[in-house]
Amino acid sequence: MSNFTAEDKAAITSLWAKVNVEDAGGETLGRLLVVYPWTQRFFDSFGSLSSPSAIMGNPKVKAHGAKVLTSLGEAIKNLDDLKGTFGQLSELHCDKLHVDPENFRLLGNVLVTVLAVHHGKEFTPEVQASWQKMVAGVASALGSRYH
Amino acid sequence: MSLTKTERTIIVSMWAKISTQADTIGTETLERLFLSYPQTKTYFPHFDLHPGSAQLRAHGSKVVAAVGDAAKSIDNIGAALSKLSELHAYILRVDPVNFKLLSHCLLVTLAARFPADFTAEAHAAWDKFLSVVSSVLTEKYR
Repeated sequence: MSNFTAEDKAAITSLWAKVNVEDAGGETLGRLLVVYPWTQRFFDSFGSLSSPSAIMGNPKVKAHGAKVLTSLGEAIKNLDDLKGTFGQLSELHCDKLHVDPENFRLLGNVLVTVLAVHHGKEFTPEVQASWQKMVAGVASALGSRYH
Repeated sequence: MSLTKTERTIIVSMWAKISTQADTIGTETLERLFLSYPQTKTYFPHFDLHPGSAQLRAHGSKVVAAVGDAAKSIDNIGAALSKLSELHAYILRVDPVNFKLLSHCLLVTLAARFPADFTAEAHAAWDKFLSVVSSVLTEKYR
């Protein structure tokens, strides 16, 4: 899919070094569930998702968000082989979790927005472009073993 | 899909803040669009798209002004954007997929400039509002 230039990799890794994975993870997953409420369909066991504040404060949302972003962190170390890195996770999301890959695109864009909130001016159009490549690559890799 | 009262309040109050930076917000949004989604440049072969170009600034202003018109007539966006809707349907014919891309870039611009205001609730309201605007602009396509 996407070829990451040296500039892309620099933009991605340098910003990632400043990210608090736990906080950003919880915020990203939380915002996904708030902004696109139909995504709550995967999280019946998470307890109260009844309002934006309930969602953003939900400890299961925070924990799961952290898990997801930690996995993304692994991807960042392997930008040249996202398909290889996410092969097993792709099978899991298809066969066990039954997640429509469109959700990966939604989550990716929410992450980009969260990065913008936390990094403001530093999240320049150029940096954003590198991150869009990144989240598109991850979404594609996670969907690659669907059948 | 219709905006709740709370959502309208969020949009209108944030718009008051945003409108002071409208021009630069428009330019930044377009810069983000063309960098992240280069295929969108195909609609502007007649433009100088270098950052800082006068055409980019002018067009960015136009786009954000239209969003502002929608916000100011938030109870009847269809009426406020009726002419723009016809323009997009009959003249511009921008493929509908691109409205999502532009909306996302506008959201990212707002998030970067107004982090304190761009709460999860505000994020949801803006995403929905821009989705309504996009629907209005494509409703006469066929």
